[in-house]
Amino acid sequence: MSIRNNRAWLFVLPALLVMALNAFIPFITVINYSLQDILPGLPAIDVGLENFQTVLKDDLFRNAFVRQLGFSFLILLIEVPLGVAIALALPKKSWRATVSLIVLGLPLLIPWNVVGIIWRVFTRSDLGIVPLFFNALGYDYNVALNPVDAYWTVVIMDVWHWTPLIVLLCYAGLNAIPDAFYQAAEIDGASSWRTFLYVTLPRLRSVLTIGILLRFMDSFRIYTEVFLLTGGGPGTTTTFLSDVLVRKAVGGFEFGYAAALSLIYFFVILVISYAFFLVLTNVSSGSRTR
Amino acid sequence: MKPRRLWVNVLMIVYFLFLAAPLAWMLSMSFKTNAEILTTRSLLPQQPTTANYEEIFTEPFWRESFINSLSYVLLNTVITLAVSVPAAYAFSRFSFTGDNHLFFWLLTNRMAPEAVFLLPYFQLYSAIKLFDTPYAVALAHTLFSIPLAIWILEGFMSGIPREIDETAFIDGYSFFGFFRKIFLPLIGPGIGVAAFFSFLFSWVELLMARTLTGVNAKPIAVTLSRSLGAEGWDWGVIAAAGVLMIIPGAILIYFVRNYLAKGFALGRV
Amino acid sequence: MTTIELVDVAHMYSSGQYAVKNINLKWEPGVSSALLGPSGCGKTTLLKIISGLLRPTHGRVLLNGEEVNHKTPKERNIAQVFQFPVVYETLNVYDNLAFPLRNRHVPETVVRRRIPEIAELLGLTDKLKHNSAGLSASDKQLISLGRGVVRDDLAAILLDEPLTVIDPHQKWHLRRRLKLLHHRFKITMIYVTHDQHEALTFADQVTVMNNGSALQTGSPQDLHSKPQAPFVGYFIGSPGMNLFDAALTGNQISAGRYSLNLPQDTAKAIAGQSLKIGIRPEFVEIHAAEQPHSIPSTVKEIYLTGSSKILDLYGADLHFKARIPDTTTLHVGDTVWASFARQWLMIYADDEAVNLPLEETVR
Repeated sequence: MSIRNNRAWLFVLPALLVMALNAFIPFITVINYSLQDILPGLPAIDVGLENFQTVLKDDLFRNAFVRQLGFSFLILLIEVPLGVAIALALPKKSWRATVSLIVLGLPLLIPWNVVGIIWRVFTRSDLGIVPLFFNALGYDYNVALNPVDAYWTVVIMDVWHWTPLIVLLCYAGLNAIPDAFYQAAEIDGASSWRTFLYVTLPRLRSVLTIGILLRFMDSFRIYTEVFLLTGGGPGTTTTFLSDVLVRKAVGGFEFGYAAALSLIYFFVILVISYAFFLVLTNVSSGSRTR
Repeated sequence: MKPRRLWVNVLMIVYFLFLAAPLAWMLSMSFKTNAEILTTRSLLPQQPTTANYEEIFTEPFWRESFINSLSYVLLNTVITLAVSVPAAYAFSRFSFTGDNHLFFWLLTNRMAPEAVFLLPYFQLYSAIKLFDTPYAVALAHTLFSIPLAIWILEGFMSGIPREIDETAFIDGYSFFGFFRKIFLPLIGPGIGVAAFFSFLFSWVELLMARTLTGVNAKPIAVTLSRSLGAEGWDWGVIAAAGVLMIIPGAILIYFVRNYLAKGFALGRV
Repeated sequence: MTTIELVDVAHMYSSGQYAVKNINLKWEPGVSSALLGPSGCGKTTLLKIISGLLRPTHGRVLLNGEEVNHKTPKERNIAQVFQFPVVYETLNVYDNLAFPLRNRHVPETVVRRRIPEIAELLGLTDKLKHNSAGLSASDKQLISLGRGVVRDDLAAILLDEPLTVIDPHQKWHLRRRLKLLHHRFKITMIYVTHDQHEALTFADQVTVMNNGSALQTGSPQDLHSKPQAPFVGYFIGSPGMNLFDAALTGNQISAGRYSLNLPQDTAKAIAGQSLKIGIRPEFVEIHAAEQPHSIPSTVKEIYLTGSSKILDLYGADLHFKARIPDTTTLHVGDTVWASFARQWLMIYADDEAVNLPLEETVR
């Protein structure tokens, strides 16, 4: 029921100008770099798609890519059900709800490097309490040397950091479900599980879509926390895609490679996000499509 | 107590302990001396000290850093809201050539990895002489906060029936009058939520904040790294700084908590 | 077939206020009944108490004589239709209707037989395979209703203002379906509404409520001709009953400059209480010439309703309305003679109808 009015562009213009400054210029720069070979001090040479080929054939990239995919899907697998479960269990409207919301919000409000630092200190063999805890159980926990420990610590850190986002989104979504639906399900004799399946979940669909999209996009770009916790190691166990990108761009001065990688990186996120988006909004009937 | 109720409570307690544990550890660390941190491991400080906090409050560069952080975060929030509100209004009330595409393009900006922008932004903001000012960081951050703000605000605005706009115009309100006196109060929760996310993102972001600042506008997140003393990292001070950095966020959540719960429900979610 | 009874039921909020009080009502099996009253009168609360969604703070809810206060709606075998349509959006119409049966592990063979039967009665047969989310509000309410009647152990169906979000021209269809279903299954139906037209056309038995109390239960005719409380008289009928504050002097009750001589016993019974006289506009007779016991009145306003005229009159220091046939010709400013038909006159003492004779009977 929108009014057709091309003057609406005036409203959008301010936002567009700011975004253009921030998006187009770097975008053009990146495209340029990706098609050239740049060495400091020398004029750039046009190399066509060579950079892209280099990236796609590079083992460092390939391994990191697969690792990243695995990580993002693992994250989603843990954080979404956990987030929904916690949201369902949260008390509504009481001092307990307020306290819970604040505690939930805290991990989200900590600068990402502080998150990394907190977990580093928390898990370091000489500083942290976690190794003590595991040693008491008889397990020799070492986040710096043991690949399994490092990988799972990163996963747990992300779960700690980001599950509250899912919880908060679902909490709000749950609050929007009118009581009558639960009452009807009760009257219809539905078990808790069936109520969840046929009443709760369908009505959480739009909230979960946002949550899943955000988590996928952000986890695929993860950098700071991981860097501070493990530095990418031991070896390449926790070297995800952003790590590779930063190394090439900032450390190695391989701008061509970095630019090509950036474009591939962006493209992958775009495609997978779009796929998620289609699947999630198609199943939800009656939602607005944008 | 029914068995299911018991399990639920256990889950909640475990989860909240899980959330609180690292924070508690950091809080405890902030009251310990470096010597104690490196030698003993106990939950409560054996020899509690406020030296770490004192250092932060007395050393000018900590205070400056804090102000630096706060300034670009606030700048970002203000700029984001200023341009997102009209844009969201346009998306919600009108259809115009290319509107769907534009909307989707806005969202795609959140998909690019930050590292991509480091070098281009460095060059860009140096060129326009905004390097090492809060403006550079604020503007750089808007790339990510504007799309989200528009997304959120559009959802809220679409929840307000168009009849309200029409009635106001019939009643003789000018457009700006209508906007200021009628519309904005109605979407208050939406603005609250959008502001919350803009603030949040800007406050926690590090990479661009570090890249685009030199000496003058260095934010606190970067100053933390500065605390590299002779023995290694100055853990106590870092922990204290970390604790202090959580506080603005906690306050913010407290103020918007009602909007958060109500807000998401009303919005496009 | 279930008898529903509420004994001394009251429900108090935590603020100390009563939502409903002094409720003593009974519904015989198979009756079609309405709870009628303005917003906030407690009718929805009462419905929830009957269905089991709310436990009353006082009193007993009885189903077939058995106290069920502690039982859930499911255990009471009561179905409820809400103000806005509730459907399971991820299921199609067929699965929606089958939902209550499947939850109770009814064999599929029974389901397969029953659903088409019910769909036929609801007029939804050709929509069975459609997804329920995209249907009209009217169809969705039919589905809600259907989910109630698929069960053969149903004790009663409770409807909470089910036509609220339905388009006006669809309301008639839905009401017709309701009546059809009621006729077919003879289930007790309790219908909550603030619309007297809905209540009076649907129900055999109507309970009028206000401020948490059940004022009167009766057939639509009883409520119309013998309202037992001023509010009932006022609420039912369009326009409602004319009500005048009255005073008693000796055996004479008067309102404005209209007075009536009452039998001594009646007068004694109502002495000392706050009094009102009521007469429905339908029962105000208008004459061109003076009649015994008639009041000279001026026509202040005339309203046309299509089938009749409503007159706003002023006479004997009273403002009142009269309903006359559309064919009568009158103009604003005319003087007419109005009389209140004695047999339809109601006297209320302390807001309760005085059902004593208003005329001396000849012995």
